[in-house]
Amino acid sequence: MKLKKKIPVIDQGDKLGFWGGKFGGNFVPETLKKPIEDLEILFNKLKKDKNFIKERDKYFKNWIGVPTRFIKLENLTNYVGGAQIWSKVVSDANGGAHKIYNATVHCLLAKRSGKKFIIGDTGAGYAGKMLSMAAKKFGLKCKIFMGAKDIARQKPNVKAIKKNGAEVIPVYSGSQTLVDAVSECMRYWVANCDTTAMCVGSTVGPAVFVRICGWSTSQISRELKAQLIDEFGSIPKKLKLYNCVGGGSSSFGFWNEFMDYKKSQCEFIGVEAGGPIKSKKHAAPLTYGSKIGILHGAAQYVNQNPDGQIEETESISAGLDYPGISPLHCFLKDTKRARYTAASDEEALNAYKLVTKFEKLRPSLEPSHAFSVAIKESKKLNKETIVVVNSCGDAYKDKEILEQKLGKKYVKPY
Amino acid sequence: MLNPINLAFKRAKQQNRTALITYTVAGDSSEKQSLNILKTISKNVDIVEVGVPHNTPVADGSQIQTSAYRAIKNGIKINNIFKIVKEFKKFDKSKPVILMGYYNMIFQFGENKFINKCKVSGVNGLIVVDLPWPENKNFAKKCKNKSIYFIQLLSPTTTSKRLKKIIQDSHQMNYFISMLSTTGGKLKISPREILKNYRKIKKINPKKDVVIGFGITEKTIGKLKSADGLVVGSAICNEITRSLKNRQNPVTNVDKLVNRLKNKIK
Repeated sequence: MKLKKKIPVIDQGDKLGFWGGKFGGNFVPETLKKPIEDLEILFNKLKKDKNFIKERDKYFKNWIGVPTRFIKLENLTNYVGGAQIWSKVVSDANGGAHKIYNATVHCLLAKRSGKKFIIGDTGAGYAGKMLSMAAKKFGLKCKIFMGAKDIARQKPNVKAIKKNGAEVIPVYSGSQTLVDAVSECMRYWVANCDTTAMCVGSTVGPAVFVRICGWSTSQISRELKAQLIDEFGSIPKKLKLYNCVGGGSSSFGFWNEFMDYKKSQCEFIGVEAGGPIKSKKHAAPLTYGSKIGILHGAAQYVNQNPDGQIEETESISAGLDYPGISPLHCFLKDTKRARYTAASDEEALNAYKLVTKFEKLRPSLEPSHAFSVAIKESKKLNKETIVVVNSCGDAYKDKEILEQKLGKKYVKPY
Repeated sequence: MLNPINLAFKRAKQQNRTALITYTVAGDSSEKQSLNILKTISKNVDIVEVGVPHNTPVADGSQIQTSAYRAIKNGIKINNIFKIVKEFKKFDKSKPVILMGYYNMIFQFGENKFINKCKVSGVNGLIVVDLPWPENKNFAKKCKNKSIYFIQLLSPTTTSKRLKKIIQDSHQMNYFISMLSTTGGKLKISPREILKNYRKIKKINPKKDVVIGFGITEKTIGKLKSADGLVVGSAICNEITRSLKNRQNPVTNVDKLVNRLKNKIK
């Protein structure tokens, strides 16, 4: 299995949509074959269309507000006393997380295809919040599927979704989290694909959804590349990019533009959700060696029992609480381009405490996982090494969990 | 030797009626009970379809989901499912059995091992919901080599060009999904419209048997009886759920339901 240079990773799949011959694909009911093919044709055409790119960039700039900041975390760097720790503050984006890029692109595609309705799944609520925002902006009617457990633990985002005029459909099946929300959303699409567009909230699902999402979030690394050159004159000799990985949309977007650099210069570190220390359950299929299986239309490493039933996950962070992982990350793991590890709930909370103590930054529980590993590893590195953590979401949505776990003083807005 | 699926359609045609195909989930609500249901309804059914329960079924509506979750919760494993089929075949040797499920279960078991196990257990056909054409070409060939039919699904969204290609590669039996819906949805289009689409498919190769499924209940089955075969699934799963809720015997209730269905298509 080999990663090719000079070809975007999203375009390195084979005819059937498999990366490395075995990850991804289109394991979908017959009914979805046609709508998926239509979307593929549309996307392949538009991603080469200068006017479409212009339109996308216009909304990215004027509405999402790119570029997001790239800042040095001076105090945290001094405290840790190793590598320079920087952050790409993607949570600056309109709505407070990276999910806005994919949501915007899906709405633009839906408009082009003449669809009036759009549906989407959400875990932490950010994908849903952003899709509801974009749908409102582009005049599409929107339904968001969300697990009942996530509705209870991510209330601020649920409120935002409703405020944007979208309907929240609670999902009570299975573990009542993201995995069930994605399933239910796909079911709804099976029954309504003639009138409705579907937005998969991460780099998961049938191949075309993986590609659209990766293409959209790559905005993050396009900006970062320019910002690094601006700051250092060139891409640093030792660069380490830390990102949390649930479905894998923010991390893929954070790394994409650096893919062709040598690993010794630009290293990618993906941090999965290890779950509570005392629990056997986790959401870290790459770290803990889960087997390849089929989930939501794609072959990927996925938590499952020997029979092939998808296993329940556990994580404090709803956005990472997913048993599978993007086929793109499976591909990056097996080609050894990226390294994957996990942080526990407790480690993520500690990292959140540290970051908010030293910096004017409030990473949500998802990027707190990445901060945890970045801080730990930075200690052993010298100051020539540039560590960048993608702070891809804001912790406002986590205020109840933080209050409950850490006490009120940690949830004050800065 | 002819696949019993062929014989089942032939017999129904001789009797000038549509073939009745039932779908129940293996292990719903227990291994023993699901076997009893199969044995009891067999007399009225031409082909039995046995569902392999999966916990992330993306094409199933709430009725089949409920049955599948119940079966999994009660501990059903793949090997129990083969056992059910084997036991059923001992009871009614000639009745064709089709397993229907999602690809991950087969993938984890191993394709070849799965097909072999099907063969020795007496499975005559397979429907894999999320392994569409052309992705299923290889697997379908392997099934054919062991005289197991791989049943292709066709949908209202399947283009004419694609229909032709799929039917060309298909084995004796194809399954037409009546409408855009998950299993168990209410009929959104008229039976006339469904039959119009059905005839379009039949025309491509009249020799192949095409069954219609999704949304077929006591109410709708009579209006579709000109098809080669009709599949009833969610209505039966729902009957099991209802029976359990009312503390009634699912076996007798399902038997009565299948009896009524049969009467509607006589």
